[in-house]
Amino acid sequence: MPITIKMPALSPTMTEGKIANWLKKEGDKVRSGDVIAEIETDKATMEVEAVDEGTLGRILVKAGTEGVAVNSPIALLLEEGEDKSALDAAAKSAAAAPAPKAAPKAEAAPAPQPAAKAPVAAPAPKPAAPAPRPAAPVAASGGRVFASPLARRIAKDAGIDISRVTGTGPHGRVVRADVEAFVASGGASAAGGIFAGQGQKFAAASSRVVPNSSMRKVIARRLLESKQTVPHFYVTMDCDIGALLALRKEINDSDESLKVSVNDFVIRAAALGLKKVPEANASWGDDGIRYFDAADISVAVATEGGGLITPIVRAADRKGLAAISAEMKDLGARARTGKLLPEEYQGGSFSVSNMGMFGVREFAAIINPPQACILAVGAGEERAVVRDGKLAVATMMTLTLSCDHRAVDGALGAKLLGAIRELIEHPVRLIL
Amino acid sequence: MAETSFDLIVIGGGPGGYVAAIRAAQLGLKTCVVERAHMGGICLNWGCIPTKALLRSSEIAHLVAHAGEFGVKAKLEGVDLKKVVERSRAVAGQLSKGVAGLMKKNKVTVIDGHARLDGTAGGLRKVAVTGADGKTATALTAKNVILATGARARTLPGLEPDGKHIVTYKEAMVPESLPKSLLVIGSGAIGIEFASFYSTLGSAVTVVEVMDRVLPVEDADISAFAEKAFTKQGMTIMTSTSVKSLKVEKGKVSAEIEPKGGKAEKQAFDRVILAVGITGNVEDIGLEKTKVKVDRGHVVIDKWGATGEPGVWAIGDLAGPPWLAHKASHEGVVAVEKIAGVAGVHPLDAGNIPGCTYCRPQVASVGLTEAKAKEKGHQVKVGKFPFIGNGKAIALGEAEGLIKTVFDAKTGQLLGAHMIGAEVTELIQGFALARTLETTEAELMATVFPHPTLSEMMHESVLDAYGRVIHI
Repeated sequence: MPITIKMPALSPTMTEGKIANWLKKEGDKVRSGDVIAEIETDKATMEVEAVDEGTLGRILVKAGTEGVAVNSPIALLLEEGEDKSALDAAAKSAAAAPAPKAAPKAEAAPAPQPAAKAPVAAPAPKPAAPAPRPAAPVAASGGRVFASPLARRIAKDAGIDISRVTGTGPHGRVVRADVEAFVASGGASAAGGIFAGQGQKFAAASSRVVPNSSMRKVIARRLLESKQTVPHFYVTMDCDIGALLALRKEINDSDESLKVSVNDFVIRAAALGLKKVPEANASWGDDGIRYFDAADISVAVATEGGGLITPIVRAADRKGLAAISAEMKDLGARARTGKLLPEEYQGGSFSVSNMGMFGVREFAAIINPPQACILAVGAGEERAVVRDGKLAVATMMTLTLSCDHRAVDGALGAKLLGAIRELIEHPVRLIL
Repeated sequence: MAETSFDLIVIGGGPGGYVAAIRAAQLGLKTCVVERAHMGGICLNWGCIPTKALLRSSEIAHLVAHAGEFGVKAKLEGVDLKKVVERSRAVAGQLSKGVAGLMKKNKVTVIDGHARLDGTAGGLRKVAVTGADGKTATALTAKNVILATGARARTLPGLEPDGKHIVTYKEAMVPESLPKSLLVIGSGAIGIEFASFYSTLGSAVTVVEVMDRVLPVEDADISAFAEKAFTKQGMTIMTSTSVKSLKVEKGKVSAEIEPKGGKAEKQAFDRVILAVGITGNVEDIGLEKTKVKVDRGHVVIDKWGATGEPGVWAIGDLAGPPWLAHKASHEGVVAVEKIAGVAGVHPLDAGNIPGCTYCRPQVASVGLTEAKAKEKGHQVKVGKFPFIGNGKAIALGEAEGLIKTVFDAKTGQLLGAHMIGAEVTELIQGFALARTLETTEAELMATVFPHPTLSEMMHESVLDAYGRVIHI
């Protein structure tokens, strides 16, 4: 009997997700460990690995289907020696299994879950172990590109990533002419690239193409979506961090084991600021604006592979600086090496991105949907300031808040940023 | 009153026209075909099919004559030419009826008569049809018209047929007697097939070709191989030679034959077959008042079959070479799908149209010849495999032949495949498929060809191009 592959729970809180992509198609051989599909939750795209070996017999839930309940059957895997005839019966019993949506919530019936226990659902991750690796660090190739062998070879020789070429053959198959057109256009216009208008030509000899990792694709897709669909506006303020630096020194000197960073202060200030201006702790939705009770702060961390991920310091308004610092240290280290669990970077109501360590004076960040605001933090530096009509020297830090104008208006954004500055300039309030 | 208003009118019921009509019907277009002679056109009635029937007879005669070599006791007593022709006509008749049946099944209206474009009315094309009786006139309208009137034998000044001693393909197909001596002018597919047929049945055949080799569109290696085989069979092949004039004298034809740079000499033949190409049937179909362009006897079309005139399309022989039924059918489908607005229609790639010549030995090819490939700037890898190295060929007693493949040295693209030998017309589709799918030498080498078959030579030829041939 074919093995039923079920919608995996990629985090303990996940109840449903979207099948973003099938990376194997019906008839493909699947080995244990092969990535068979990409599943998208609201925050990330994750890869699903096969546990069993066999041939992907039937895809029960098409790519692009949203709201697929955890544990509902999504595909059938044929074991060695089984033929397709086994599929129909299995598909029937799979369909009879818990109906997608009902499963997790229906408490009424003692959910019999027929066949469910039988041959283990292939990709279901064990809760504790770091089973489902987040899409992030896995440099897997994307979905299969339909291309002729000749097109593939010409693309390879020209150093072109064939997935960038738009196919014009039957069913969008990439054929020789497409690759040749892509090369002729400098590798730009065929993909609708931004360079098309400029007529840029990239010589294969003096440039190289690195295939996109899954994470890179997610970053590209989400940020593009953000910039294209979220009406950003920006407010900027300078903060005097003299007092903050003094307090930080005092804290860190008081205990050898403590090493609170300026960013920890900023996280805490952002969280308390959101508590003071709760109207800005929001998320736009077509049907209504969602306001969050907790100030869950997503912190942007650059990963080793050259990507970006945002681990979350949850309820940072209720955590002390030492706790935030310790948590960030752990999250940051695991974020950099791609060891975060999905629930550690999914969710969050507000983001902080700090580029002060790179000497950036100020910058404007792209909002991380569905959040409404992101705080861009510049470097602390000594600057000439005017105080009481006189020039003085102060350590200043520039903050820029990017806001989704649909949920947060200008005055509200200014109010939130003002509250955050107020807290940063009077850091004692951060340790209360 | 019969229906006169259609979505599509196809003028001509040959393999281009009737296939276009069926495809149109499949796509839900109300379609009509106007045909002035026989459904199935030249291909089915006076071309591909009846000649294959004739050649089958000659092939059987050849086999019987050589039966002893296979240990079979039989003696060729002779060939009943009348019966051979009758069978050929019966085959054509059966298939023509089959096409009529297909029209019925697909609810395509068939109108017998001669159609002419007749201007427009209210955004619709008008087509005037004169009935087969020459009197009845029917006025049809449709949004689109596909011209598929085909072509006929080209004649050259001084070489006009008289239908009896000097003939074209049509008369050559229904001979009442076997000529003792036969001159075939032109060594393209048509000329060579008739030369092969008559030669096998016992005529002394002379083939005159103005180019420097027979089957001049084929690869030079194939031409050379063919010429050798034909000569061995007893044909006289004269290349780089032209026929200056033909004169019928006392039941014989006196031909003035002039080798290039040489002196013309007269020679007498019982019969002459003209096979110097064909010309499109562009006359009397109402093109005069349209923007349809005609160039050297053929209608000019774009890659979808559209002419310069809105709503008027052209396909097949009428629209130019290669003059092949399967090219016409494919063009018909492309044009219809374009008309019906089917998404993702692909134009026909001329490089992927295989060509077959049913002489003995058969010739088949697809894509570029080695010379053409080099001319286009390709660095090539060439593989060749002879029939003598193939078990099945030897067992069949058909050890004469060659399969040649031409690859682009840089990309591994199969640029062309050229074959001569038994049954190669049935083999060529493998390479046509390979070209359409854009396979490289790698996939061809990795493909398992069954043993023992002639197709193994296709594999070996590819292997040879990359220095990996096994059986030679």
